[in-house]
Amino acid sequence: MKTVEKPAQAGTLESGDILVVVAPATGAQDDIAIELQSLVMAQYGDAIRETIASTMRTQGVTRAVVQATDRGALDCTIRARVLTALARGGVGLEEGAISWNA
Amino acid sequence: MKNSLGRMLPETVAGFGAVKPFAGAFATTPSGVRKAPRQKTVLPKANKLVDNLEEVFRRIPVRDGMTLSFHHHFRNGDGVVNQVLAVAAKLGLRDLTIALSSVFPVHAPMVELMKSGVVTGLDTDYMSGPVAEAVSQGVLAKPVIFRTHGGRARAIECGDLAVDVAFIAAPAADDYGNINGVQGETACGSLGYAFPDAEYAEVVVAVTDNLQPYPLHPISISQERVDYVVVVDKIGDPKGIVSGTTQITKDPVGLKIAANAAKVIQAAGLIRDGFSFQTGAGGASLATAHFVRKMMKAANVTGSFALGGITGYLVSMLEEGLFRNLIDVQGFDLEAIRSIRDNPRHLEVGAGMYASPFNAGCAVNKLDVVILGATEIDTAFNVNVVTGSDGKIMGGSGGHSDAAAGASVTIVVANLLRGRLPIIVDNVLTVTTPGETVDVLVTERGIAVNPLRPELKEKLVTAGLPVRDIAELKALAEKMAGAPKAPPQGEKIVALVEYRDGTIIDVVRQYKACE
Amino acid sequence: MERLRSLLFMPGNNPAMLQAGGVFEADAVILDLEDAVAPREKDAARMLVRAALHTVDYGASRTVVRINTLDTFGHEDIRAIVPAGPQVILLPKVESAAAIHDAVAAMKAVERPGQEPVKLIALIETPCGLAEALAIARADKRVIALALGAEDYTASLGAQRTKVGTEIITARNLLVNAAAAAGIDALDTPFTDVNDEAGLTADTQLAKQLGFKGKLCINPRQIDTVHDVFNPSEAEINWARRVLAAIRQAEAEGTGVVALDGKMIDAPIVSRAQRTLALARLQNPQEVEA
Repeated sequence: MKTVEKPAQAGTLESGDILVVVAPATGAQDDIAIELQSLVMAQYGDAIRETIASTMRTQGVTRAVVQATDRGALDCTIRARVLTALARGGVGLEEGAISWNA
Repeated sequence: MKNSLGRMLPETVAGFGAVKPFAGAFATTPSGVRKAPRQKTVLPKANKLVDNLEEVFRRIPVRDGMTLSFHHHFRNGDGVVNQVLAVAAKLGLRDLTIALSSVFPVHAPMVELMKSGVVTGLDTDYMSGPVAEAVSQGVLAKPVIFRTHGGRARAIECGDLAVDVAFIAAPAADDYGNINGVQGETACGSLGYAFPDAEYAEVVVAVTDNLQPYPLHPISISQERVDYVVVVDKIGDPKGIVSGTTQITKDPVGLKIAANAAKVIQAAGLIRDGFSFQTGAGGASLATAHFVRKMMKAANVTGSFALGGITGYLVSMLEEGLFRNLIDVQGFDLEAIRSIRDNPRHLEVGAGMYASPFNAGCAVNKLDVVILGATEIDTAFNVNVVTGSDGKIMGGSGGHSDAAAGASVTIVVANLLRGRLPIIVDNVLTVTTPGETVDVLVTERGIAVNPLRPELKEKLVTAGLPVRDIAELKALAEKMAGAPKAPPQGEKIVALVEYRDGTIIDVVRQYKACE
Repeated sequence: MERLRSLLFMPGNNPAMLQAGGVFEADAVILDLEDAVAPREKDAARMLVRAALHTVDYGASRTVVRINTLDTFGHEDIRAIVPAGPQVILLPKVESAAAIHDAVAAMKAVERPGQEPVKLIALIETPCGLAEALAIARADKRVIALALGAEDYTASLGAQRTKVGTEIITARNLLVNAAAAAGIDALDTPFTDVNDEAGLTADTQLAKQLGFKGKLCINPRQIDTVHDVFNPSEAEINWARRVLAAIRQAEAEGTGVVALDGKMIDAPIVSRAQRTLALARLQNPQEVEA
């Protein structure tokens, strides 16, 4: 299991992008807590949360705080931004675990 | 009950009456007569000038429950609706219906009057901003009636929409009630959407901040129908009325779509002498005119007319000799105003001539091509331009359904994905324009032709255009974005969407936030 | 035969553009990790471009990634990007054959087993690079084209960049010559005023006349114009047909020397005629066959 060492962010607020901020889990928290804002919350809110969480889990991160501000990003963009944020937050990425289409 | 598109409708609606279900774009024919307003007389030397709006309210007199109508030629620069409604509120009037041909963000003060019961009915062709938001949230007990621009003219002509008082914002007026839209600070060009109101309202009031000596010239709406003239300080904000120049989009995807739409027109064999055309002022729609212009020049053809909302771009095509005439129900920019004022080949027409289905022929019937937008389109080519994908009201037909019904080839241009949202769905949330009147969908990733038009499809395929099945395009979008979940909806009906013939094509239900 | 009439730059850290890249029908898209990306966003762009290569359908457009120079972020770029399977790497500011050798070695080291070898286009944008152009073009068989980057080149000369381009006429000639000597394509520098359609047409016509086979594009709006210029004209197609007909006739008659309109037809002319018809066939498969 890996942890986010320090707060870090990736992405932008441009249309089609998502700004992802990851931070270490707090206290007794034992999950990935996601705070999401999205223009397509009704249609894709659940899907976006799942993409963020699964991307983190496949990298061995199961506890973290995530703030995401979505501007209509596709799944592959969400994955790329989460992975970049994790790497910047001190999580050594496992190349073999990266999957773009899952 | 269900209408012919399978939409569930109530049998009757409080405040509206029996619902007549949509049966097909041309299935419902008229059986009634036009409704005439009372005769009147004005004696020599009588004075139509009234000191202020409050005095006009007393003279008419405006009473509880009346229907007051307005045009939307001032768009988001309108100052008349708010001033008139403020007087109504001050005088303690209740239960008014506002028949405003389109509602804009500037009309936000109406929300408070809806909450306090001054305004309890709204009849319009389009709305955006705080009023649309409040209506979506269920502020009114009675559903809003959405009409098309042509349908509004029809409804006024036959008395479905009986106007007690029409307040007509007048960029220029004389003291005997002659009006035009081309002079003064608030010049807006054509006054076409006010023509039916002026013709059929029981009482007509011209509201102006630009009183000219009698007789005004030119005259768009004449003294014969205007009962009172009121001068106020300011009827609108020119900045919100027109834009300086209308620019072609620089968005590369929009341009790609527009280029493909123009190729569809060419492949359909329509770039020829006599070509007639309507397009909107925004994004890919206007950009289509840019590519059509090149094709017309290259083929050395002269079109007959361009119709509808007129922009400087169409004016320059008129002036280059690419069209013989412009038929203008609404101008969008300063060039359109200059042209309609100075160029006799640029014609001002009313909403009835533009698009009413129940007269002896409207201008949209003579269109070869119209380019239209869409918020959603379904696999049966039904288009939604009323509600956003979250279920909130954010628009309305305007002339969408009218032009689609009239034109030989109706082309909807849209990004296959708007942000993440696929434009093509199984069933649009709110049907505005029926699929049988929509021929082609042009996206950046392919073109779909309505199966009702096999001969057109054949032409596009022969021309080498990227024609695909609409279901295939939908699948392509969902492969990229995933399939969207349908947004939750409330129960209460907040709006009825009336087709141009007076039947109900769909309803809008109250907005419900997702958990 | 492959066409590279147009190669369209897309900023590597912009998801909306990367996703739209396939719709413009450029012969190639260049997903840019170099000039379009700020130094502190290189990691983010690299990840995004990887994602795009795995998930975005670029249709008939070939996928090219412009990486950073090998002395900056280039090696990291190659490690991240090459396994994701772009068709071509565009290597910037190439000044020697050694740079090509280094890049090829780094690419081979990370290519997946069975992966189609990733090709290279060398971007020549310095006086040194131009002086070494032939060696660069011949450095490795993965190099499929030389491309000219005239903005940096002109700056190095201390000359002013103009629309007419007098200051780069020699560079263009030398680049085309080096590429031709190595048997690969030469690709022209972008035309930077995206609003000047007539200027773009003139600049592209000049490039074609000088022997360039394609042009870098910085805006999707430039693509149709560039294609129009590089597509063979009716007159060129007719000429090519007549050349080949004359050759066939000569073969049938057993004549040694072939002439058309009083001019001798030799091998380079035949090869140009064949290329013209091949391009025309790509453009319009039905019509040309006759």
